[in-house]
Amino acid sequence: MKDSVLSALGEIVGKKNFLTDPVYREAYSYDGTPLLRQLPEAVLFPESPEQIAKILELANQEKFAVVPRGSGTGLSGGSVPVENSIVLVMTKWDRILEIDNENLTAWVEPGVITEKLQTEVEKLGLFYPPDPGSMKICTIGGNVAENAGGLRGLKYGVTKNYVLGIEAVLPNGELLRSGGKNVKDVAGYNLRDVMIGSEGTLGVFTKILLRLIPKPQKSVTMTAYFDSILESGKAVSDIIAAHVVPAMMEFLDHTTINCVEDYTKIGLPRNSEAILIIELDGKGAEVDEDAAKVLDALKRNGSTFVKVASSESEALTLKSARRSAFSALARVKPTTILEDATVPRSELPVMIEKVKDAARNYDVMIGNFGHAGDGNLHPTCLTDERDSKGIENAHRAFDFIFNEAIKLGGTITGEHGTGLAKKEFLGRSAGETGIRFMEQLKSVVDENNILNPGKIITMRPRCEGTLPRRREDIPEHNHTHQH
Amino acid sequence: MQESNLQETLKKAFVSDDLLTQCMHCGMCLPTCPTYNITKLESSSPRGRIRLIKSVAEGKLEINDTFINEINYCLDCQACETACPAGVKYGAIVEAAREEVSRNDLEPFKNRFLRRFGLNFILANQSLLKIVARMIYFYQNTGLQGFLHRMGVFKILGTGLEKADQLSPAISKRFSSDVMDEVYSPAGPVRYRVLLPLGCLMDVAFADIHSDTLNVLLQHGCEVIIPRNQGCCGSLHAHNGEQKKGRELAQRTYDLFSRYEYDFIVSNSAGCGAYMKEYGHILSDPGVGGVSPLTTHHSPLIFSSKVKDLSEFLAETGFMAENYDFAGKVTYHDACHLAHTQKVTKQPRDIIRSVKNVSYTELEEASWCCGSAGIYNVSRYDDALKFLVRKMDNLDKTGSEVVVMANPGCMGQIKHGTEKFNQPVEVMHLATFLNRAYRPAKK
Repeated sequence: MKDSVLSALGEIVGKKNFLTDPVYREAYSYDGTPLLRQLPEAVLFPESPEQIAKILELANQEKFAVVPRGSGTGLSGGSVPVENSIVLVMTKWDRILEIDNENLTAWVEPGVITEKLQTEVEKLGLFYPPDPGSMKICTIGGNVAENAGGLRGLKYGVTKNYVLGIEAVLPNGELLRSGGKNVKDVAGYNLRDVMIGSEGTLGVFTKILLRLIPKPQKSVTMTAYFDSILESGKAVSDIIAAHVVPAMMEFLDHTTINCVEDYTKIGLPRNSEAILIIELDGKGAEVDEDAAKVLDALKRNGSTFVKVASSESEALTLKSARRSAFSALARVKPTTILEDATVPRSELPVMIEKVKDAARNYDVMIGNFGHAGDGNLHPTCLTDERDSKGIENAHRAFDFIFNEAIKLGGTITGEHGTGLAKKEFLGRSAGETGIRFMEQLKSVVDENNILNPGKIITMRPRCEGTLPRRREDIPEHNHTHQH
Repeated sequence: MQESNLQETLKKAFVSDDLLTQCMHCGMCLPTCPTYNITKLESSSPRGRIRLIKSVAEGKLEINDTFINEINYCLDCQACETACPAGVKYGAIVEAAREEVSRNDLEPFKNRFLRRFGLNFILANQSLLKIVARMIYFYQNTGLQGFLHRMGVFKILGTGLEKADQLSPAISKRFSSDVMDEVYSPAGPVRYRVLLPLGCLMDVAFADIHSDTLNVLLQHGCEVIIPRNQGCCGSLHAHNGEQKKGRELAQRTYDLFSRYEYDFIVSNSAGCGAYMKEYGHILSDPGVGGVSPLTTHHSPLIFSSKVKDLSEFLAETGFMAENYDFAGKVTYHDACHLAHTQKVTKQPRDIIRSVKNVSYTELEEASWCCGSAGIYNVSRYDDALKFLVRKMDNLDKTGSEVVVMANPGCMGQIKHGTEKFNQPVEVMHLATFLNRAYRPAKK
C-alpha cells in the first residue's frame, strides 16, 4: 500500500487510532477460525460514521480492501484480513445507547459485548436470548453480521429474530438506516434483513436496534446420560414430538464429554456415550408440566440417569461448561476444525451416524456436539495443523459431511457463516441462481469490491462448471460406501 | 521456508512449538485479561501475545520495542489459564518470551537493572539481602525517608524512583531467620510435621506474618520446622524471565529442605508456593544440580506434592473453626499465583466463612490482579496503578473492614492503595487474620 494512502488513512482517524507496527498487524491477522492468517496493511479504530465513510471513499479511490472486525471470535474467517487490506476494529463502540422498557427494544453500538447486554437487560427483567458460545467476548455487531445462533435457538430463534433496525455505512460511504421500533413495517424491500448475515460485505454497522422480551420466570436444567448416541437422538425427536419446546437441548458425545470434564471438573459422566443438557423455561406450572413430559421421553429412550440442577448457579456452570466444548476439544489435538452442518431436526439421528461414518472412512478423529434440538451439529475434527495429511483428511471428511447434510435437506452452515472457510461449498446450499443473485447484489452495492472482498462469494468469473440444480443431481460419492 | 528448515528453526526456538500450537485462538481468554480490558488491543491479550510469540519463534516477526512492551505489559497473572478451555500454558509461554528478551539485552535499562542487580544479585543471596534490608530499615525509621521526600530529592532523581520508594515494604525490625528457632512443638499431640519456608523478602519484610503463620500452625497441632540458612525459592526469577537463576535457587532450596523429615511444606506466599509446586517438573532434569546423597529417598515430584498453601493445608487437614471468632465485615482477595496458578480459591473462602461471627461479602472481580504481580508495580508503576484503582473500587463496594489475602506482594500493593486513596479497609494476611481470631474453645 502506498505511503500516501497510509498517511491519508492516519489523518482520517488520528494517530492514536491508526496502527501500522508489524506487531499490531500480526495481532489482527486472524480471528477464531483455524488455519487462516493474512497480514493487514494497517489497523484502524474509527470513532464516527463520518470517519468510516471517509475510509470507504478512500478505499474506492485507491482500491484497497476494508475488513470490519469485532472481537475476532468468528469461525468462518469473516474478519480475517485479505490481501491489500486494512482492518476496521469496532470494539471501542461499546455503549448501550438506550433500553426502551415500553417498546421492549435496545439501541446499541456494534461493539457491545453480547453477555454485557444480556446482563444489563436482565437487571430490568428483560431478556435478549441469542447466546453464541463466545458470548462472553463476541460483539453484537459481529453477531448481526454473522446472524449468530446459540444454545437457545431451539425455542427463541437466532440473532435475526431480534434485530429490529440497523444503521450502517454502505461501501460507497452513504449511511443506510433500515427498520425501527415498529413491530410491523413493510415499506419497500426489507434491507435490514439483507444486511443481517451479510458478514461485513455490504456495510459497516454503526448502530443496531434490538428486540427484547420479558425474562422467563422459571427454568429447570437437567443432564441426561446415555449409553448410546442413537438413543439420545431418538430422545430428542420424542421430546419434540411430545410438543415440548425446551429453551435448549444440547448434545455432547463421549470425546467432548471427557474434554469438557478435563477443563471444568464438574462431574460429567466420563463413561457415557452421550449426554443431553436440557433447559426448560417459562411460567411456573408450564415448566413443571413440560419437565414431566421430558423425563418421560428420556426414560422411554434408554437414558441411564437424569440429573436435575439443584440451583441456578449449578445450571449456569453446566451451561458455561457446554459453551467451552469447542475450545476444550483442543485438549486432545491442538487444531480443532469446527463445522456447523445443520439438518431438519427429525434427521438428527441419521446425521449423527453420518458423522461417525465420516470419521471412520477418512481416518480422522471427530468430536461431536451441538444444538440437538434444532438439528445444528458441531462435528469437530481434532487434528494438528502441522500434519498436512491429517488436514487433507479433515477436508475430505467435511466434504462428505456437507454432502450428506444437504441430501437430508440440511445446510452447510447453521450459524457460523460462509466467510472464507465454507465458500467452496456454498453452491451446494445456495444453488447457481442463489450464487448469481448474491454476486449481482454485491456488485451493485459494492461497485469496486472493496468491503470484505472474497468473503461468501468470489467476485470473478466462475469457472467451476455447472452446479447441480437439485439435491438429487448431486453425484453419489461412491468411495464413501466401501465399508 | 522449507518444512525441514522450519522444523529446524522451531527446534532451536526459545519456546516449544507444542505449547504454542495448543492455542486455537478462540478468544475465550480476552474478557479475563486485565491488560486487554484496558487497551482493548488484541496485542495486549493472551491470544494476541501467543500469536506474536509464535510469529517471532517462526521467524515471521522481529522483536521490536512494541513487542517487548506487550510482553512486559502482561502481568503474568494467568487469569487466562483459568479461562482457557484448551489448557494452554500461557505462563510458560510468556515467561519463555521474557527470557528471550532478557537474554538478548533488548529491554530498557531500568528493567535490566531490576533483573540483573535486584533479582540475580541481591535477592539470590540472603545474607546480602539482609544487609541491604538493614540499610533500608535504617532509612525508613530514622526520618531520612520523610526528609528526602520533603526535600524533593526523588523529584530530581526521577519520578519512577519516588513511586517505587512508596511501594517498598516496611522492613521488619527483626528478621524471621534471626529470631525464629529451628523447631517448634505444639501444646498438644503432634498431628503433622510441617516445614515453613521463610523465603527472601518475606524473611526481612514480613516477619510478623511468619510468626502469625507459626502460631496458626501450632494451634492446628503441627510441629513446625524452620530450616536454617534458607534463601529465595527462585519464584521471582522464574516468573520474570530469569529461568536459569530460578532453577539454581530451586535446586538449593530443594537440597536444603530434603535434609528434614516432614509431612507438608506450608507456604504463606502464593508466588513461592506456586513455584515450589513446579519443582517436580523443573528439577526432574538430571543435568541440573544433581541429587545429593542425603536426598535419595526424596524426589522433586514428591517434594512438590507436599507443598501446600496455608489455606489449602488447613482445609485438607480439617480446619478447627470452633477455635476462631472474629466479629467484623470481611472480604477476600485472590492472589493470582494462588487462584490461577495453584487453583486454590474455595479453601480460603471456606475457612474465613467458617470463623464465628464473620460477616463475609464476596469481592467483585476478586480474582483480578491488583497490579502487584511480582516486581511489576515497581517496574511499571503507572500501569500497575490502573489495576489497583479497579481493585480499590471493588473493595470499596463491599464495605468491608478487613480484606484478607494470602500473598505478601498483594498486601504491599493493596496497602499502598488504602493509603493513596485513603480507604479505611485493613489489609490482612490469612495467617494474621486467623491468629487474631484465635479463641480456643474450652475442652
